[in-house]
Amino acid sequence: MSSYNNSARFNEARRVAIFGGTHGNEMSGVTLVNLWVKNSAEIQRKRVETKPFITNPKAVEKCTRYVDTDLNRAFSPENLSAPEGDDLPYEVQRAQEINRIFGPKGSPEAYDVIFDLHNTTSNMGCTLILESSKDHFNLQMMNYIKKAIAPASCLVLLNEHPLLKYSTSRSIAKHPVGLEVGPQPQGVLRSNIFEAMRVILKHALDFIELFNEGMEFPPCTVEVFWVSERIDYPRDANGNIIAMVHPNLQDCDWEPLNPGDPMFQTFDGKTIHYQGPGTVYPTFINEAAYYEKQQAFVITRRETLVASAIRKA
Amino acid sequence: MEHISFPPLSRVAICGGTHGNEMSGVYMVREMQQKQKADQVGSVSITTVLSNPRAVDACRRYIDKDLNRCFTDDLLSAPVTDSTPYELRRAQELNAQLGPKGSQEAVDVVCDLHNTTANMGLCFIFYSLDWITMHIYKYIKSKITSAPVRAIQLDIPMSEAYSLESVGKHGCAIEVGPQPGGVVRADIFNLVKEALDLTIEWLQGFNSGSTFEGGEVEVYNMVKSVDYPRDPTTNEITAAIHPELQDNDFKLLHPGDPMFLKFSGEAVKHEGEELYPFFVNECAYYEKKIACHLGKKFNITIPSVSVKKD
Repeated sequence: MSSYNNSARFNEARRVAIFGGTHGNEMSGVTLVNLWVKNSAEIQRKRVETKPFITNPKAVEKCTRYVDTDLNRAFSPENLSAPEGDDLPYEVQRAQEINRIFGPKGSPEAYDVIFDLHNTTSNMGCTLILESSKDHFNLQMMNYIKKAIAPASCLVLLNEHPLLKYSTSRSIAKHPVGLEVGPQPQGVLRSNIFEAMRVILKHALDFIELFNEGMEFPPCTVEVFWVSERIDYPRDANGNIIAMVHPNLQDCDWEPLNPGDPMFQTFDGKTIHYQGPGTVYPTFINEAAYYEKQQAFVITRRETLVASAIRKA
Repeated sequence: MEHISFPPLSRVAICGGTHGNEMSGVYMVREMQQKQKADQVGSVSITTVLSNPRAVDACRRYIDKDLNRCFTDDLLSAPVTDSTPYELRRAQELNAQLGPKGSQEAVDVVCDLHNTTANMGLCFIFYSLDWITMHIYKYIKSKITSAPVRAIQLDIPMSEAYSLESVGKHGCAIEVGPQPGGVVRADIFNLVKEALDLTIEWLQGFNSGSTFEGGEVEVYNMVKSVDYPRDPTTNEITAAIHPELQDNDFKLLHPGDPMFLKFSGEAVKHEGEELYPFFVNECAYYEKKIACHLGKKFNITIPSVSVKKD
């Protein structure tokens, strides 16, 4: 019997995957998944099969983000439906294979939940990445994780922007969850970052176990940072960057950026100020991999989403 | 106090991008080349060099082989064939441009700019006891307050010296961290710029006849390197640098202090004498099987120096 009038029903989450090495030089996920492939005791829960999986083994072996193309942008409908062939970029072939194993994307056979483990050089702390503001299962999970790790912080980034959203490896699943922990340089394993990611996953799997056992989660609110704009570095006519993230903005992910605040500093010391209409919340500030994607940081706005009560069908 | 005179130091090379993803040097050299104003600064003529352009383009440390290990006498004189790795060729080109190493034609000072993911602040790295380089270090240490300034001496004979700065008559690597590969941080860039400006300032002062007082300077040297704990069968690492050691470069490590935290939860402790750790968790050293270096700190007395007057 439900205690709530509008408890949303979801099927039990029976098939869960943990992806590491989607970017081969983001070491927390690579290390955790390798650990769990060898010994999965830590990730076992009742009533759920949890599969740890290295998504981009060639990139992991070379300790590079990708070999031909970014795997975490490769799961587009065009790529997934393209005719198979060895002439396809490595990561597109990989995307098709992953879609076969864990999908097909959009079908009833797709995995229930995929956690995709990432690191960033930005000072984002622990971040959960949400792809849909209407995924009440994910919202409830994220609420559970946030409460479980308090007073330590875990923020939620929502990327639902039609132009800025991208086709992630986790998007194969019914409930895709990105885990982004930083700051950590590429190719480096920091103990504190590794352990933080490990703890978040523990709570996430606990949530799934409780849900599968029949626990009803009451309505809740979840604060999210909603991606609204991407800001590039100032560049010259040849496309070379001519300024760096300003020292006042560097490492200040999630802190308010007000009109007039310093934003960039040129190499010869001049300040460029933020000229937007109002206060925004920047994140992914100075992420190494985004120089080539023309992104110095993203701008978000703070919103509160309401998640309905949920329980298993 | 002892006093030593040197000929004028008029030819200086500033090198960046020796490792293509260490971005302070890459952007510094680009900036200096674009501004063009820095070719002749008073008595000092400056050459800027992007050491490893292919690695810079790919934003990688190297293409075939670490360029900064290619400058031993043997490697510089090895014959070049079609199968010679890119960096060995490039090292010989740089040696022809800035050297030859060990000869009278070599530039007076080579300053090679590097970044590290380790929390090392600003670090001078040089071979043996080069009074000019040590005076530049002493001068910069007295002027820069925004970050710790230290020096590491590599006790290696010049014939076996393997890095780019060994090509000049005097040379040093300026290593600044922490900064991730592929990232340029404004605070780190500004620090590197300040260090370079002070280097040029010192050289101009030297060339114009100033005497720089000697004294004691504090230097670290390397005693040994420590690898990560590894699985004996797979060779995979089984631990990360311990949170109490992480970011604590140059903080004295005592026997019993934790060094690594295994994924299984146990700590691995430092055994043996008290030593100073540096290059703690440097990204590029995982493949070299180095988790950190350990060394000793000592004082060196340096003579006062001035330019030889004809």
